[in-house]
Order: sequence, then structure tokens, then C-alpha cells
Amino acid sequence: MRHIKEDLRDFVIKNFLYGRENGFSDRDSFLEMGIIDSTGMLELVGFLEKTYGIEVGDADLIPQNLDSIEQLAEFVRRKLLQVMVTAGVELEKQIA
Amino acid sequence: MRRSGHRSRAFPTALTDPLLTYLRLSMCGIAGFRHSDERVADTQLLDNMIGMLRHRGPDGVGVYADRGIGLAHARLSIIDVQGGSQPMHNEDGSLWITFNGEIFNYLELREDLIRRGHRFYTHSDTEVVLHLYEEQGEDCVRHFNGQWAFALWDKRDRKLFLSRDRLGVRPLFYTLQRGTLIFGSEVKALFAYPGIQRELDLAGLDQIFTFWFTLPPRTIFKNISELPPAHSLVFKDGKLDLRRHWQVDFSIETSRRESQLIEQLDSLLLDATRIRLRSDVPVGAYLSGGLDSTIITALINSFTDARLRTFSIAFAAEELDESAFQNQAISFLNTDHKQITCGYRDIADAFPNVIWHMEKPVIRAAPAPMYLLSKLVRENSYKVVLTGEGADEVFGGYDIYKEAKIRRFWAQQLDSRLRPRLLRRLYPYQQNLQRQPDTYLQSFFRVGRNDLSDPLFSHLPRWQLTARAKLFFSEDTRASLLKHDALLDLVQQLPDAYMSWPSFGQAQYLETAFLLPGYILSSQGDRPAMAHAVEARHPFLDYRVVEFGAKLPPNLKMKVLNEKYIVKRAFGHRLPADIVRRPKQPYRAPDGHSFFAEHTPDYVNDLLAPNNIRDAGIFDALTVMNLVEKFRSDNALGVKDNMALLGILSTQLVVDQFIDHFPQGGGPCATSRKTYAIS
Repeated sequence: MRHIKEDLRDFVIKNFLYGRENGFSDRDSFLEMGIIDSTGMLELVGFLEKTYGIEVGDADLIPQNLDSIEQLAEFVRRKLLQVMVTAGVELEKQIA
Repeated sequence: MRRSGHRSRAFPTALTDPLLTYLRLSMCGIAGFRHSDERVADTQLLDNMIGMLRHRGPDGVGVYADRGIGLAHARLSIIDVQGGSQPMHNEDGSLWITFNGEIFNYLELREDLIRRGHRFYTHSDTEVVLHLYEEQGEDCVRHFNGQWAFALWDKRDRKLFLSRDRLGVRPLFYTLQRGTLIFGSEVKALFAYPGIQRELDLAGLDQIFTFWFTLPPRTIFKNISELPPAHSLVFKDGKLDLRRHWQVDFSIETSRRESQLIEQLDSLLLDATRIRLRSDVPVGAYLSGGLDSTIITALINSFTDARLRTFSIAFAAEELDESAFQNQAISFLNTDHKQITCGYRDIADAFPNVIWHMEKPVIRAAPAPMYLLSKLVRENSYKVVLTGEGADEVFGGYDIYKEAKIRRFWAQQLDSRLRPRLLRRLYPYQQNLQRQPDTYLQSFFRVGRNDLSDPLFSHLPRWQLTARAKLFFSEDTRASLLKHDALLDLVQQLPDAYMSWPSFGQAQYLETAFLLPGYILSSQGDRPAMAHAVEARHPFLDYRVVEFGAKLPPNLKMKVLNEKYIVKRAFGHRLPADIVRRPKQPYRAPDGHSFFAEHTPDYVNDLLAPNNIRDAGIFDALTVMNLVEKFRSDNALGVKDNMALLGILSTQLVVDQFIDHFPQGGGPCATSRKTYAIS
């Protein structure tokens, strides 16, 4: 969990703040602070899908999932859990 | 389609035609100064100043040097016309003028003046200015229908009178230094005057990184002022007196029926086009494949049997290219067409020249193809083109008007799921918007009931998006801007009646009074065209058309979401149906990728290198480095990335060309100079 947050924070700082940290906290809203513009969200989704191998559907594109480092990390954790559960079910099916 | 009652004629215009001749082309540059004392003006100094404007008028220079005053003029001679030289004087030499532009209704004014006893020694529109000034003083400009920037020296009154046209087609800059007023068509002429400070005005930069333009009189250079459009300036006894001579009014004032208004628009625009064909050289037209330029081309065709020469840009990038529509228009209107195809590399290679001519930073690459287009015009030996510029401002064509309308509609029912979807339909070419959830759209487009009363409501999303590029400002730049508020600067320039206008008219005013002169007509208009001594004329910006359009009820400009409704009704029958029906496509050019996709010119590597960014001190070297890296690795997708890159690169070019390495000693002198003796 800790390294996910750090990775996400590094990505946001490098891609949306171009290395200028600006002192924003893990709870600060990307929207309210103007960190992510309309294209930025798609860049972010691309990063999540590529880095963590998760799928982000249209229904996932809500601020509750994507609007701060903490929300992002929680979202990634849930998605990874889903991936693992799905993989586990598939494995059980194969063993059975 | 040919209208009855209008003369059919062939190009080039015959010199003997009383209707369409004798408008001596004044494609030129002007410069000069008025000292605080009566020392005789230095002609070498005038040469140096006007030499910087040689591109605007490469064939000849005229200077007038007298006690306390110097006027200079760079001229492009089209035909050796007797009496066309400038600076020009009146009968008794008490008035002298250096003039850039055209007074399209000069024939009518001239006839009237002759009836009242004035004698003319030339056939030029410039002399009409002198005679009308004799009669009406500074109010003479109220009678002009044209595009002008001039300086008139009233010798008896010891008064210098500068004026600029209503919409800001022609540029004029000035500065007051140690009591001397120095002026010129471009800032570079002012910089050729000894001792002029060349320093970036960070508040001007802040405005460009908000609006795309500086708010006149502010410019990007400290202590250099731009004469605002629709203003005159009187300089007498060491005092500057800035006066507005025209104001567009968006209050609705019409009780006429739609059919009558359509008829009136048809008649007005036809006449606006007719008087803009007054020329002693062949006139061509820009034909983008959009509604407006196709209308102007069709209207020109109604005055001639000859094939009109048209010009356009095609883009190698398919999503930006309008060639298919251009071809339809060419075929339908039977024009003789020339096209230039513009790729990434063309933009990157032309960009330093474009900035030299624009004289300010820019956050889009769009001026570069316009520069290449005017080059094409010049290579084809054309010097005058008519364009469709202005229709979007005056008749509500821009997406931003639709956007504001939808945002207002949405704000009335914020929990609606359907209303925000209209925003997605508005920008089909912005793929990223299509996946945005409502909450995100609401945030980007700033929709809330409280926002509705904001005087800048229509433009806030765009300006806030642009302002995000300020993230790249250095700490020093930020610190020096702490007391500046670009939005407040603009609000302070709004006319008193602004809040009483309909919201649609307010949005139109922001476009017409600010973006049009500050960006469209300068960075995409006069500057890239004049770089190749090409004069652009804009029938939609005839002040009669502008005043007519401003006062129309908004629903005749945008019927629901059908933009330029009345224009389509008035002129649709003259055009291919597909062009009338096609959705509005804004003129766009490839931006940041132009500098990285195919090759990166040395100047880009050089100016964006961390040490050079640090030396200039305007931007933060680390963040710029990360931005450049994003482009190099092809990960830069966002609007912010592109605007920032263009803004940073162009600012660095401005610093390099105008502050660090400005050519000393003035520009190269023209081939011949005519000097008027001191009286």
C-alpha cells in the first residue's frame, strides 16, 4: 500500500506538476487544486492500467475513486484485490 | 449565382474603372517621433526605424523631417502612381501624414470634399484623410470605413494625432521617453530608437498566459504601449490624450422581421465586399473550406467573370485538414486555387520568423501556417486577399458561445444527466472529453448557479485552463506577479453598459473587443500576412456589418445550437450545401508535437536547455525540463502541455530576439528614400 501511494505520487508530481511538488498532501483534491485537466484524467487512467494491470471502466471514472492520492491508492488496492479474487476463483475452477 | 444590379467585371481591375480604382495600396509600415523641443528630426534615425519595417513595404521609404517632428513611411509600390508617395501633405503643407491601411469609402468621401471646395493632387485615400481632418479635426475618423493606423502632424497646432481603426486590423505602438513620443507599426521600429529600454513586462506575460493576448495599452514589453483599437491619441505640449472614437454596442435594438434582417445583411455584406475590391492590383481570397471564407469568395465572384485566385492551407495531420471541404468550394465556385500543405517540420522551422513578426509570446502554433500561407500568396504575385475573418465574432460562430449557452442551460438543472452530454457533443474532436464523467465536466466547465452572474462567465473555463500553464513560471516571476490579477485588469476595461447586454452579447464582446484584435487579427492576421507584404481585408469586419450583427437578437445568431443562423439563411443559397451543413471546425494547427515529432531544430534544444531557461529567469528550469522530456517521450497529450510548451518556447524566442540579440543600428534601409525638406 505504501509503495503504491509513493508510485502514484511520483507519477502525479512528474506528469501533472512537472516535478514541482507544491506541497500538496495525499488527501488534497486534484480537481480543487487544478492539478489534473481534462486530458490528465485519461493519462492517469492509462498509467493505472499499464502499471497495475487493472481495467478502469467508465463507471469507475468518478472523483470518489480518482481525485486524490489516497483515493487513487484505495481504488488501486480494491481493483488489485478484485484481480486476485478473480484469479483465485479461476485457479480453483481449474483445480476442481 | 449572380446578382442583378451589380457590375460584372474581370480581374485585374482596370485603372480606368471609376468604381473600383485608385485606392493606392498602402501596404506599409509607419514610424516616427515628436520631440519635446523644436530640434530638427534626425533623418538617419527615421531611416533606422523604418528600416525595421521593410518587410511591410520593401520598395521605398519616405521620410519627413522638420522642427520637432519626424515621420517615416515604408511603401510597397504596386504601380508607379503619381502622388502616391508618403509622408503626404495637404495643399499648404500645414498637415503631414504617414498612413498605413485603407479607407475603403474614400471615393465617396472624396467626392463630397471636392463638392465642398477641396482640391486633391493625388487619387489616394491618404489625401482624403488630410482633407477630412482639415474640416473635422480628430472626429474625421468617425467617417472612415476602413482599416488604418496613421500619424498626422498638425504643424500649425503643433499637435501629433495618431489613430487606429475600430476593430484593430492595423497595429500601432508608441512610447514616451524623456518627453519624446516615439511610434511605429511594430515594436521593432521603436526599439531602433536610441536608448529605448527593452525589457519584458511580466504582467503582460501573465495576461498572455491567461487570455492569449495582452490588454492594450499594455504590451509584452515594459513602457511600450499599444494604441487600443477604436482609439486615437493626441500628443500636444508634452501631454498624451487617449480618446475612444467608437464602441460596439451589443444591446438588442431591432423590431424588424427576420426576412427583412436577412435582406439587410445580404445587402450590407455585399457592399462591404464591393468596397474591399477597390484595388489597382488583382485581389485574391483565403478559402479555408469553412462557411465564412466560402461566402466571401462567392460574393467576390458576383462582381467578376474572371476566375478568382484562392489560397488555402492543408495539413498533413488528417484530423486538422479541411481539404475535402476546400475542394468542394473550389469546384462549386470555380476558383483558381493554390494550396500549401503544412507539416510538423514546416511549423517548427518557421516559428522563429513568426515570433519575430508577432513580437509576443503565443500559446498556439496556429500563426505559423498563416505565415506560410501569406508566403504562398506572395509567391503567386498577389498582394491583397479578402478573408472571412470576423464572422464568428459578429454572428456567434465560435464554440465558446455554444459552450456558454450549454453551461447556462445546465446550471439551471445541475443534477440533469442529459444536459452535460451536450458539452461532449460540442467538441467531438476532443476525444478525451467523451469519457469524462459529469462531475469532471462540471469542474472543467465551471457550472454552478453562483457562476452565472460572473461577467466573464463565458470565458472562465478557457482562461482558467490557459492559466494552468503558469505552473511553469519561476519563483521570481511568481513573486513579481503577486499584485497582478489579469481577470481584474480585463473587468476594468469592460464598458459601463456591458452588464445590461444579453449574456450572448457579453461573450461576443469579449471575443470582438479583446481576442479579435489581440490575437486573431494580429498574430494570425496582420503580422504573418505583412511578413510577406500581403494585405488582408475582412468584409465581415466592415463596421456597418459589425454594428448590425451586434444588435441582432441572439436567437438569430445562434438558433438553439445552430451557429451563425442568419448568415446561413442569407448566403446559404450561394454555397455548396455540405459547407452550409457542416459542423463548425475551428482553425487549429499541430502544436507542441511540431517541435518533436519529426525533428527538433537546434534553436528549440538551445532555448529550452536548463541553463538558458535559468539565464532568462522567467520559467522554472526543472519543470520545463520535465515538460520537454514528456514531449520527447511522446507522452504529452494534454492541452496544458501544448499551451505551456508553445508559451515557454515563444517567450524564450522573444527574449532572445528582442532583448538579448536585437539588431543594433536599425533595420536594413529600403532601396530608395524620398526625403522631404525642412520648411
